[in-house]
Amino acid sequence: MLAPAPAWATNLNDATVDAARAAIGSALIDAQIRVGEVQLYVHRDGIVAALTALRDTPGLEYQQLMEIAGVDYPAQAERFDVVYNLLSLTRNHRIQVHVATDEDHPIPSVTDIWPVAGWLEREVFDLYGVIFEGNRDLRRILTDYGFRGHPLRKDFPMTGYTELRYSEEEKRVVTQPVSLAQDFRTFDFMSPWEGAEYALPGDEKAAPGAALPQEKGAQTPLSADTIQKAGTSEAGKTPPKASSEPYAKTTADSTADTGKGKAETDATPKPADPDVIPSKQAGQNQ
Amino acid sequence: MSAHDDAPTMAPATTAMDPHVEEVLGIETPAHPTEGDVTIQNYTINFGPQHPAAHGVLRLVMELDGEVVERIDPHVGLLHRGTEKLIEYKTYIQALPYFDRLDYCSPMCMEHSWVLAVEKLLDLEVPIRAQYLRVFFAELTRICNHMLNLGSHVMDVGAMTPNLWLFEIREDCMNFLERASGARMHHNYMRPGGVHQDVPLKLLTDIADWLDTRLPRLFEDAISLVADNRIFKQRNVDIAIVSREDAIAWGFSGPMIRAAGIPWDLRKQQPYDVYAKMDFEVPVGTRGDCYDRFMVRVEEVRQSARIMKQCLAEMPEGPIASDDRKVVPPKRAEMKRSMEALIHHFKLYTEGFHVPAGEVYVATESPKGEFGVYLVSDGTNKPYRCKIRPTAFSHLQAMDFMSRGHMLADTTAILGAMDIVFGECDR
Repeated sequence: MLAPAPAWATNLNDATVDAARAAIGSALIDAQIRVGEVQLYVHRDGIVAALTALRDTPGLEYQQLMEIAGVDYPAQAERFDVVYNLLSLTRNHRIQVHVATDEDHPIPSVTDIWPVAGWLEREVFDLYGVIFEGNRDLRRILTDYGFRGHPLRKDFPMTGYTELRYSEEEKRVVTQPVSLAQDFRTFDFMSPWEGAEYALPGDEKAAPGAALPQEKGAQTPLSADTIQKAGTSEAGKTPPKASSEPYAKTTADSTADTGKGKAETDATPKPADPDVIPSKQAGQNQ
Repeated sequence: MSAHDDAPTMAPATTAMDPHVEEVLGIETPAHPTEGDVTIQNYTINFGPQHPAAHGVLRLVMELDGEVVERIDPHVGLLHRGTEKLIEYKTYIQALPYFDRLDYCSPMCMEHSWVLAVEKLLDLEVPIRAQYLRVFFAELTRICNHMLNLGSHVMDVGAMTPNLWLFEIREDCMNFLERASGARMHHNYMRPGGVHQDVPLKLLTDIADWLDTRLPRLFEDAISLVADNRIFKQRNVDIAIVSREDAIAWGFSGPMIRAAGIPWDLRKQQPYDVYAKMDFEVPVGTRGDCYDRFMVRVEEVRQSARIMKQCLAEMPEGPIASDDRKVVPPKRAEMKRSMEALIHHFKLYTEGFHVPAGEVYVATESPKGEFGVYLVSDGTNKPYRCKIRPTAFSHLQAMDFMSRGHMLADTTAILGAMDIVFGECDR
């Protein structure tokens, strides 16, 4: 990996996947290593047993639950992905555990394994509306008292539905439907010229490496994982660029290199002081 | 007939009878007046959301038995601004300033997590000078943050002077950060691929002088007033002891887990940028109380100064941002001479760069603990999902069990030792 990201024990990734397969068993749907991170996909009915196994099995030992993140994929059959980020202090390793669900099917709560999950689950419930069965305190946490809706869902508009204002007549803060002085502006920057997903005839002849983007940051249909693996295999071949100025030439031998025009030759000598207009005779002040 | 004969049957110990009536009837209450407190109920008070010791907009609903805390229900979210939702509608460069506004006491460390997450998805190499600059300013920010926290902690438990002296240092830090980035608080200095601009040599020499002279003098003077002070110890030692098991189960990180005796520092265990080359110690506590948390932070300030001196000694010359023209905007001088640079500049500041699809969780050691970014990209120029892992969430959640059985006045010490900032907690 070229990026200076936190270096935990990624060399344990393969062993972790094998150990997790053995420990979780049939509840494990899939296990992937992408961008140097282990991702386990677990069925939601087996999540408590799976996370308990991940915490207690020797060789896995994920003592800490650092984060529960919700992600909304409206196109999927089960639209929500709930991601548990675990940390092992003894093995210095991180792991992501993904669970899929929708609005109606609750996920068993893990508050009995980690008490910290209480607020983390409350947050996912608040922002996405995912229900956690067994969490005894599933109140809203981040949004306002009396808020309705789940704001981080993709179908929730960024401007929201209501806004607050102080009403001079009623002498209190009132809620009213949101009114925008200017239309909400979103620009579609997806360029039709770059990174098209269709394949032109002859594309299949190109070497697999040629499909990589010219530079990091260019639009590409490839995943970060593919690029990273290609980048590490070729890391020894391409020498790093020395100059921080990729555009400009370091030396300019002629004006053609710089784009600057020729120097203009003056017909008459310029006055020493441009503010003084030279005259033949003594001027007004002489 | 005498009233004295049947008095005991008429007046149980918990009677609510008026004292005047008792006097008329000649009743003597058999029990001691303070022993009949079975009818006294716990009462609930609101601590905040407007309270100087709440360090922002924290509302604590406290159930008190006399002056002893029975239960605390922290209400957070009063500073919720929807940062994660906003970031989904911004390009990767536009999302960066939102991180300054999360933990506004240590903005540069928030940016650090974000740029590292983006770089990990891009698999982007960062020049070595840029890595040094990031580490250097992250440590300066750590000192800046600890000055605020240590100062406000001692002020919460009753001391005034150290806070004033520590704010002198904080003011120095902010002046340095302003000279580097142009802004005192919301720096917007780091970029995916490096930093925004190089620093002048004079700034580095000034900081070096400051590290050698002014910082140790002011800091050690201020700490010497409280570290061995009897009143300060009475207010902090043995308050809110957290065992190692509790610290792990509640997801503690940063000074909170180190004070509990676990030498866990992401700069040491999972080094990013050039932290692997740095030589520094990780302080740990022995008892896990508020005093340990305070002293861990005190020692971290000294270690941060040590890291900064190493950075100054070792920092090489060279580019301060990647030369990847699809990620890092060109220099102004290049735009005057190169059409390609001009096009790249325009595209980067309108469309932004594209991050290939993938998901990463990148966590760094912010002054308050593990600050993580779970970033999901779908290959476009905007993040599909950016989950921010605040440090305060797990710490503040533990407020309930940490305060239980302590006095009401101790909650300010506990809260001060947690180092909570609500910009980050509520997002």
